[in-house]
Amino acid sequence: MNDLIQGSNSLILTLITFVPVAGALVIALMPRKDGAIKWTALITSLLTFALSLHLPSHWTSGARGFQFAVDAQWISSPNIHYHLGVDGISVWLVILTTFLTPFCVLVSWKSVHGALKEFFVLMLILETAMTGVFVSLDLFLFYVFWEATLIPMALMIGMYGHERRIYAAVKFFLYTMVASVFMLAAIIWFYVQTGSFDYVTIQNAIQSGSIAGFNRAAEFLFFGFFIAFAVKVPLFPFHTWLPDAHVEAPTAGSVLLAGVLLKMGTYGLLRFNATLFPAQAHEHALWINILALIGIVYGALVALVQPNMKKLVAYSSVSHLGFCVLGIFTFTQMGVDGAVYQMLNHGISTGALFMLLGMLYERRHTYEIKEYGGLATPMPVYATLFLMITLSSVGLPLLNGFVGEFLILSGAFSAWKWYGIIGTTGVIWSAGYLLWLYQRTFYGEIKQPVNALLRDADGRERISLIPMVAMALIMGVASPLWIRMIDPSVQQSLRPTSVNAASATKTSTQVVAMSKSAK
Amino acid sequence: MTPNPDLSYVRILPELVLSVWGIIVMVIEPLLPARGSHKSLGVFSFIGTLVAMAASFYQANYPGWGWFNMIRVDEFSVFFHVLICAISAIVILASFEYLDTQQIRGGEYYALILFGTVGMVLMSSAVELVLIFIALEISSISTYILAGFRRRAATSAESSIKYFLLGSFATAFFLYGVALMFGATGSTSIYTISNALQSGQVTVSGSPAAVSYGLAYVAVALMFVGIGFKVASAPFHIWTPDVYEGAPAPVVALMSTGPKAAAFAVLLRILFGAALDTGKSWFWLVWISAALSMTLGNLGALLQNNVKRMLAYSSIAHAGYLLVAFAARGDIGIAAAIFYTASYAAMNVGAFAVVSHFSRSGERYVNMEDYSGLGKRSPVLAATLSIFLLSLLGLPATGGFFAKFYVFNAAIKSDLIWLTVIGLINSAIASYYYLRVIVVMYMYEPQEGEQKLQLHAAPGLTAALVITAVITIWLGVKPGNVLDYANRGALRLLPSVQQSSKLSR
Repeated sequence: MNDLIQGSNSLILTLITFVPVAGALVIALMPRKDGAIKWTALITSLLTFALSLHLPSHWTSGARGFQFAVDAQWISSPNIHYHLGVDGISVWLVILTTFLTPFCVLVSWKSVHGALKEFFVLMLILETAMTGVFVSLDLFLFYVFWEATLIPMALMIGMYGHERRIYAAVKFFLYTMVASVFMLAAIIWFYVQTGSFDYVTIQNAIQSGSIAGFNRAAEFLFFGFFIAFAVKVPLFPFHTWLPDAHVEAPTAGSVLLAGVLLKMGTYGLLRFNATLFPAQAHEHALWINILALIGIVYGALVALVQPNMKKLVAYSSVSHLGFCVLGIFTFTQMGVDGAVYQMLNHGISTGALFMLLGMLYERRHTYEIKEYGGLATPMPVYATLFLMITLSSVGLPLLNGFVGEFLILSGAFSAWKWYGIIGTTGVIWSAGYLLWLYQRTFYGEIKQPVNALLRDADGRERISLIPMVAMALIMGVASPLWIRMIDPSVQQSLRPTSVNAASATKTSTQVVAMSKSAK
Repeated sequence: MTPNPDLSYVRILPELVLSVWGIIVMVIEPLLPARGSHKSLGVFSFIGTLVAMAASFYQANYPGWGWFNMIRVDEFSVFFHVLICAISAIVILASFEYLDTQQIRGGEYYALILFGTVGMVLMSSAVELVLIFIALEISSISTYILAGFRRRAATSAESSIKYFLLGSFATAFFLYGVALMFGATGSTSIYTISNALQSGQVTVSGSPAAVSYGLAYVAVALMFVGIGFKVASAPFHIWTPDVYEGAPAPVVALMSTGPKAAAFAVLLRILFGAALDTGKSWFWLVWISAALSMTLGNLGALLQNNVKRMLAYSSIAHAGYLLVAFAARGDIGIAAAIFYTASYAAMNVGAFAVVSHFSRSGERYVNMEDYSGLGKRSPVLAATLSIFLLSLLGLPATGGFFAKFYVFNAAIKSDLIWLTVIGLINSAIASYYYLRVIVVMYMYEPQEGEQKLQLHAAPGLTAALVITAVITIWLGVKPGNVLDYANRGALRLLPSVQQSSKLSR
């Protein structure tokens, strides 16, 4: 029995990562029968989600390092390993990915125009790539998955988006591609110096100071990673691709973009910049946090004046992701915990907001706020669900957003009071633009007669929205369930020097041996 | 080292096979009915290249020298033999339907491809400068003619003449370099030259004399000009876009990979095999050419609307990436360059195979807008072209990525930080124009009137596409075997590389 659990534990991450792509393959070979394709996609994504629940249910609490690890040689020269594993931070991001994908399938049930088959193939490939980013512990593998997210997402925007979709798709691709080239250079540097792509090996080698020339190069390496992640987050002033991509993307694309792809940036900042380069990260924290604060306030102010709902939510993402970056670069336990929690919250609430907007768009084919008004009368259920999600995004106590923002801001205050003071204004702004959006859309007179006839949320839409609202509520009241697993891993990231000496020396000798053999 | 007559023949077996096959094609072509003979001749030539490939594998069991030390069979030459035969085989496969739609006579076409292949194969195994020159001419003259094969099109004639005039000029440079090298070292054999340059002593008509290093430097530079033209590296690249635009698409597939691979093999032999001690001088030559090729190639490609011209500029850029490996330290750089050649050949032949099939009669459809909606009209063609373009762009899990990776890895190991930075920035620029084709194929609606244009899956082309796509992905997922072989080839090339520390900068 123990063997069985052991076996399934080492297999589970591989399964979670590659079941979606297997589903994509099945769909690609199926005849073009829309119903069968949709159900296959839904079943595949639900199966993946069910598999991912294995992770928290078999979690070994208190264990150091990465769990469910699997490490096998992929290519011998260069020395690339198939090394997967999750800690308390990445495990939740994996589950966020697998949780959101079935809903993306559901919201695309009727809204996809054009090649349905290709759409679901792309979506499932994207799921594999996103999961791969969070579970990879080999830098090379990480880079492969990182780049692999680009093409399905760009194609999803470009093939199924709205009017300016091609511009948005190319902009998205170029921004992220160009930025990640610098990360590749940093990764190659590590390989040349250590003869390994392994995250754990490199981390230990840095801590034991056994990498030649690291101190001289650290600054450049830090920026190599930082640029790639800052563009992805997106941190002000690298954010200009995001509103375009969001506005033009189909609903499912927006949900995955906001829900998961942006988190790859913050995850990378935490996993690489803050953990591998603590000295450089502390040194540059001030201006990074200033950029994050500018992002919070600027994103909120721009969101306030948007006439287009989707653009409003897109700018709100810039603002909310600013909180995550701020939390990470306070280097306080609370701030980083909050940042990780806020990544999950943002995935749920902004994902749900995009789903809601998509449903409205299916009915009226416009995102202009002035086209709506008084929708609460014809669409009461929809309006209620929208309100819950809005409040979760605003950060109302008892809902999930509050927990994350509270932790981040407490961390920010203890780091430097001005971080906290300016950051707090972001909460007020977000209440402003979101509630104003709600008021203009749902309250008041029905100005356009066509709006009086709009259908309320139907069964499929309710099925896809109610779990999101439920999650927002559960994560608001039962946050310890999550924090309990996040906390120890954050602690390790913040104090990486406390890796026990025995293992550090062991691995550093390995590094020396490896670098010798590589030469 | 004693020339054994039997083994000498084994050591030129692929060349013999290809020559005989080419002659047979020429002889039987008039005997066959004019219509419908393309196919059978094509299949026959295809078999010829496969037999030549098998001969190369067989040859690998008998490494050594042949023909008075003018030929050397080792892992290095076998690697290039197999590569070049494979390129020709796939080009022939991709030409089956193309010749029909373009109404080109098959006999001379296939025979010239086979003869050209003889030259290319010989280039990679020759270790004597005059023989290299002869091989270079054999391959060049075939390609000059092939470039003009669309007789009715003025652009094709222009392409042929341009290629011929500039090409002859460039080979003259090479020959001049050979002459000067002979003057400097008293020999045209690469290994004698290598010894002479290392010891600084030569024996001229029985009496010892000093090597003239100045003359040797000039000789290497002149030979570099000649080869630089063949591989289309800047600043000797001006001819490329015009020639590629006019020449028949399958010929471009051959031209942009086969002679290039052979020319890079020659360059590797000359720079690393012979001119070891002049390393310091040619380092900057290669460095500047690499930086220029990458930058000019990519910037030029950005502006193109014709897909063939775009790929022409992209091939200039790829020559630049390859030269980065030349600038790197010998032991790692050579292997990276060899791997790059193989991986570049797979993706580029594939890309041109798609272009050739899609261009239709008279090569009408070669502009960017003609590709709009290809994703809907022909999913297979669009999907394979996307794989090749993504590989050219260097996305992970494709051969193009590992090729770039090894090159830049070698460059960083050799402390060529600036060249690496230039290369990486260039790859980022390149993503724009490769992506543009994919965007046009998948995101634009098909043009009016072309919706109905059916693209039949032709058997020859489909086979060529499947083979190249599989190789491209295989090199991106399991590059180990090819890299191992490239490493062994690199060591063979430089028996002295471990001792010679002068090369490593």
